[in-house]
Amino acid sequence: MSAVPTAANAQLLLAVDGVTVDFDGFKALNGFSMTLDRGALRVLIGPNGAGKSTLCDTIIGRVRPTSGNVYFKGEDITHLPEYQIVQRGICRKFQTPGVLSSLTVLDNLLIAARSDRRWWRSMTAAASPAERARANEVLEQVGLIERRDMLAGELAHGEKQWLEIGMVVATDADLLLLDEPTAGMGPAETSRTAELIHSLLGRHAVLVIDHDMSFVEQLGGRVTVLHQGQFLKEGSVAQIRQDPDVAAVYLGRSEH
Amino acid sequence: MTAARPLLRHVWLVFLALAAVAPWIVSPYELSLLGRFLALSILALGLVLVWGEAGILTLGQGVFFGLGGYVLAMHLKLAPLTPGEIPDFMTWSGRSELPWWWQPFTSPRVAMAAVIVVPGVCAALFAWAVFRRRVVGVYFALITQALALCFATLLVSQQESTGGFNGLTDFSTLLGFDLAAKGTVWTLYWITVAFVTLSFLGLRWLMRSRFGTMLRATRDGENRVRFLGHNPTPYKVVAFTISAMLAGIGGALFTLHAGVVSPALVGVVPSIEMVIWVAVGGRGSLWGAVAGTLLVNFAKDEISSALPDAWLYVLGLVFILVVTLMPRGVAGVIEDVFRRLRPVSPGGKVAAITSPAGGTP
Repeated sequence: MSAVPTAANAQLLLAVDGVTVDFDGFKALNGFSMTLDRGALRVLIGPNGAGKSTLCDTIIGRVRPTSGNVYFKGEDITHLPEYQIVQRGICRKFQTPGVLSSLTVLDNLLIAARSDRRWWRSMTAAASPAERARANEVLEQVGLIERRDMLAGELAHGEKQWLEIGMVVATDADLLLLDEPTAGMGPAETSRTAELIHSLLGRHAVLVIDHDMSFVEQLGGRVTVLHQGQFLKEGSVAQIRQDPDVAAVYLGRSEH
Repeated sequence: MTAARPLLRHVWLVFLALAAVAPWIVSPYELSLLGRFLALSILALGLVLVWGEAGILTLGQGVFFGLGGYVLAMHLKLAPLTPGEIPDFMTWSGRSELPWWWQPFTSPRVAMAAVIVVPGVCAALFAWAVFRRRVVGVYFALITQALALCFATLLVSQQESTGGFNGLTDFSTLLGFDLAAKGTVWTLYWITVAFVTLSFLGLRWLMRSRFGTMLRATRDGENRVRFLGHNPTPYKVVAFTISAMLAGIGGALFTLHAGVVSPALVGVVPSIEMVIWVAVGGRGSLWGAVAGTLLVNFAKDEISSALPDAWLYVLGLVFILVVTLMPRGVAGVIEDVFRRLRPVSPGGKVAAITSPAGGTP
């Protein structure tokens, strides 16, 4: 797979090229490659232990690959420190809600929206009007504007998930990684989350990890299937549903 | 922040006025104690920043307290001497000339600057090395405790240049003023009150700035902050350094009030006691930390003179009770009472509540 990007391919945002992650002999990812265009949606599915979260960890620099590279906007980001990767425009929502519980909902978003990240500026500079506007805009988008002044720790579980999606959005990253954004949500909250993600496309590319198939169907978009750390299939939701290989490793167990 | 409790907002002014007129009200002995304990409360204020706000439990604050104290004490030992003379304890230990690292402290200006600079630089280097390696929580606490042990052991072992177990004592003058004179004692007391006030106001400003928000954010979820594109290390290093500088100032003022600095004041046990003052007062509250320091230390003075053996047991019991029954300390209890008295806060904002002391480090 020729994933190394060229300047000619301006639409290409992310390229994961032959990444292997070896945890003491266990290959969580094994020569995995994929690409993602600007503003596009991609859903990543696979059975437990397929390497979905490890892929996210690798992209954001939490885990360093044994071999292979990650390119973002044509730049090799494989070995950058995490916060620099974020500053290039990738932001991730973790599986368990990672909101800052003793801060208000608004402060959570203001930290995410803060564009000047030099620490000494934090002593003198208050949030700029642009940052406040952006935070409020995101609050509207994720439906938490009423909860603005509440402590994040007092939100309901689903609201925490939305807040964290909001934080990821507020960074204005070009690529959002959403790791199981509907974990612990009921059907109504799940479909609202799907709508929310759709409203983000275009401005942001979104990579969603989930294994709730009804949610994946609501999302639509292209699906990549991961199995034992390797690429298995890619296609539309319908194609993936029909695929015998996928059914064998994954859907078969939950659908029948 | 304080919209819901206007009474508490200005109550510190009353205490400040009381503290300022204390020399006319209390006995010289009580004033001496109050001066010492207020000096200690400067250190406690620093702990609110590093432990309460940033969630970094440090069990080595005695080191920076000691550095500030010793640096000033070295000058106090040198001040009455003529050039070429060396402090008496060095002669007794068989030394004939001043160690090179004592030389700069002949100058009172160097010594006073060093009270802040030495703990600050040591803390910054230490914190940068440790936080950069992402050592957090209990591991960090253990390292700081080991640091306190090393520091106290080093002081004891270098008898001929540090005064060993007895430390440095028997001071007479500072900047030409007689330290035993009433005027000097009172002035030192007011200087201490001024430092407490400045530290209080400075930290309050810092905690309300975005810097404070970033510290609380780091406490709640260091990884979340990192993956929002902020590097949490400098925030933690700066908070730790500021608290060490305040500990140094506290140590120097304490040394002046008590007339002594010794390893017994800076080792592992005192370092743990410092954390207990703040736990009792409330680690999330600046005035709570000052109150806790005064409360615990006056109690210590009373109890150890009545029942000398009982103090450590009482302290241990108090610590257990505070941790289990009032995790936000005295300040938390009082704030809760005030909130109950004023159930309807303007705008109905829950955010007015000071951050709970959740997320044990």
